Amino acid sequence: MASAIAAATAPPTGAQHSVLLLRRANDYLAATLRARYRVLSFYDSGAPLPAFLAASAALEPEPPRAALVVGGGAIRLDTAFLDAAPYLRCVVTTAAGLDHVDLAECARRGVLVAGAGEVFSTDVADHAVGLLIDVLRNVSAADRYVRRGLWPVQGDYPLGSKLAGKRVGIIGLGSIGSSIAKRLKAFGCVIQYHSRRPKDGVSFGYFHDMISLATESDALIVVCALNDQTRHIVNKEVLGALGKDGVVVNIARGGNIDEAELISALREGKIAGAGLDVFEKEPVVPAEFFSMDNVVLTAHEAVFTTESGSDLCDLMIGNLEAFFDGRALLTPVLPK
Amino acid sequence: METTPQSPADEKPLVLLSQPLFPEFAAALAGRYRFVLAADADAAAAAVARVLLVPGLAPVTAEHLARLPALELVAGTSVGVDHVDLDNCRSRGLSVTNAGPAFAVDSADYAVGLVVAVLRRVAAADAYVRRGRWAADGDYPLATKVSGKRVGIVGLGNIGSRVARRLAAFGCAVSYHSRSPKPSSPYTFVPALLDLAAGSDVLVLSCALTDETKHMVNRTVMEALGKDGVLINVGRGGLVDEPELVRCLRDGAIGGAGLDVYANEPAVPPELFGMDNVVLSDHRAVITPESIRGVLEVVTANLDAFFSGRPLVSPVQL
Repeated sequence: MASAIAAATAPPTGAQHSVLLLRRANDYLAATLRARYRVLSFYDSGAPLPAFLAASAALEPEPPRAALVVGGGAIRLDTAFLDAAPYLRCVVTTAAGLDHVDLAECARRGVLVAGAGEVFSTDVADHAVGLLIDVLRNVSAADRYVRRGLWPVQGDYPLGSKLAGKRVGIIGLGSIGSSIAKRLKAFGCVIQYHSRRPKDGVSFGYFHDMISLATESDALIVVCALNDQTRHIVNKEVLGALGKDGVVVNIARGGNIDEAELISALREGKIAGAGLDVFEKEPVVPAEFFSMDNVVLTAHEAVFTTESGSDLCDLMIGNLEAFFDGRALLTPVLPK
Repeated sequence: METTPQSPADEKPLVLLSQPLFPEFAAALAGRYRFVLAADADAAAAAVARVLLVPGLAPVTAEHLARLPALELVAGTSVGVDHVDLDNCRSRGLSVTNAGPAFAVDSADYAVGLVVAVLRRVAAADAYVRRGRWAADGDYPLATKVSGKRVGIVGLGNIGSRVARRLAAFGCAVSYHSRSPKPSSPYTFVPALLDLAAGSDVLVLSCALTDETKHMVNRTVMEALGKDGVLINVGRGGLVDEPELVRCLRDGAIGGAGLDVYANEPAVPPELFGMDNVVLSDHRAVITPESIRGVLEVVTANLDAFFSGRPLVSPVQL
């Protein structure tokens, strides 16, 4: 195993800090890292994770103090991981979400955590608004209709529904939720929100429980983190309260919505439509959605644009350099 | 001129129709006006009719207009009135009204929807997921950012100004081209369309189709927009040289397009059906149930104003 690790990358010259790479790196990311650090790549090693982490402990002159990890469930930075890599002092994650990192455990061990900051916020917000317009105005459905040559044959596709004046309930008013709010205000939407606590200095209507928010909203946009409190935050009761003209957009995590209940609600006409970028078991998407014209489906890409990739790379390097220089992280999640 | 004898039932003002009314229009307006289809009008009605209501996009030609010697107002229910012979109206001194701002919000919303759908490949990704390709073939390729793109709007009227405000909220830099600058607008005026195209990542067409603007987006303009540039058309198909657009898309001279209007609706160039970087819609940018009510209000307001001698609500400058 040790030889497999050593063969992964040879440091160019001199003594460099070592970094664990726990994501399938694209060329630009890998090249940028390798220019600065000795990179121990898990996916290149071919070893099982525990063996990889154990072997890394033996690295000379020092084990890797920092790890770069992606979200999405492939690798979880949980107690087992941290036990296997006690030498790790800093985790840099490149995901917009943090549900793959056990923040409480990291805090307990004094492990620093750097997040993606607001690198993704505008792109996710753009995508969320795009999905909302699409669901309400049938953009993708009309595109399919025209492509199938139906316009000359069957006439116009059915009418969509106006955005202006719609009451949009945002679940989670962090930096992404606020960016969405800013965009939708320009469309004349009424913005209201639910979060754990009301936000200071925010003029939007606050709802302290989900049923009230759903009852008073024409659209719900899920923008909150996935954790124990928010799993299935959009459930059967919330969908019922949203009502038969309501739509839901999810650009957070599949687990924020009870997917089976969502499918039932759509099938039975209990809500009017949905725009979904995330699913409970990606990349598997329930086939029931495929025949629904009032649903828009995208492949967990709200965060991914060519520009955000390079912005993210810069941020990630910035955080690693700050850590190795003993400076404060650029986008710290821990310490708070 | 002698008018035909008016009985109480005829006291509703006479309005000729260039084509039949939508059911919603007919129901809402029937109690207030006497509608007669122009093609069915008898000689007496044709001789006295002062108003022609144009409730659709069927052409209204000089020949049609010549049959109505007493005509004073042509009232349209659409924003674009290029299907009416405006030169003839101008030379006869006729007033022409359009839908005014009734459709502006919905058109602007849809235009922005097309911008996001093209740049972020929403419609294409939806098709990809629906075919089960995410699980089979992996992630959909990267799309490009919307925020921060340079947007050039052609025509800063009711629709263009609302598109501008929405895209500015996305953090886009907005410039515009129009017949003349709008001093009250916060956006940058660019006198030449070619310069606007060269300096934009996204070009949005929201202007009227006239002799001056026909085919204004030609190969030269599209090449200036460039291989990463995106064209969005919610104006009229005739604003763009359509065969050239298809060639530019096919050759990669421009990066993508979102089209609500075409040269010969409902015919859409079939080469577009196979393109992932194009989003197509069936001239629906304007249509929501709420906007139909809005048009009814504008049309009624214009007709009422005309018959009571007050200024028209949404006159088109001829």
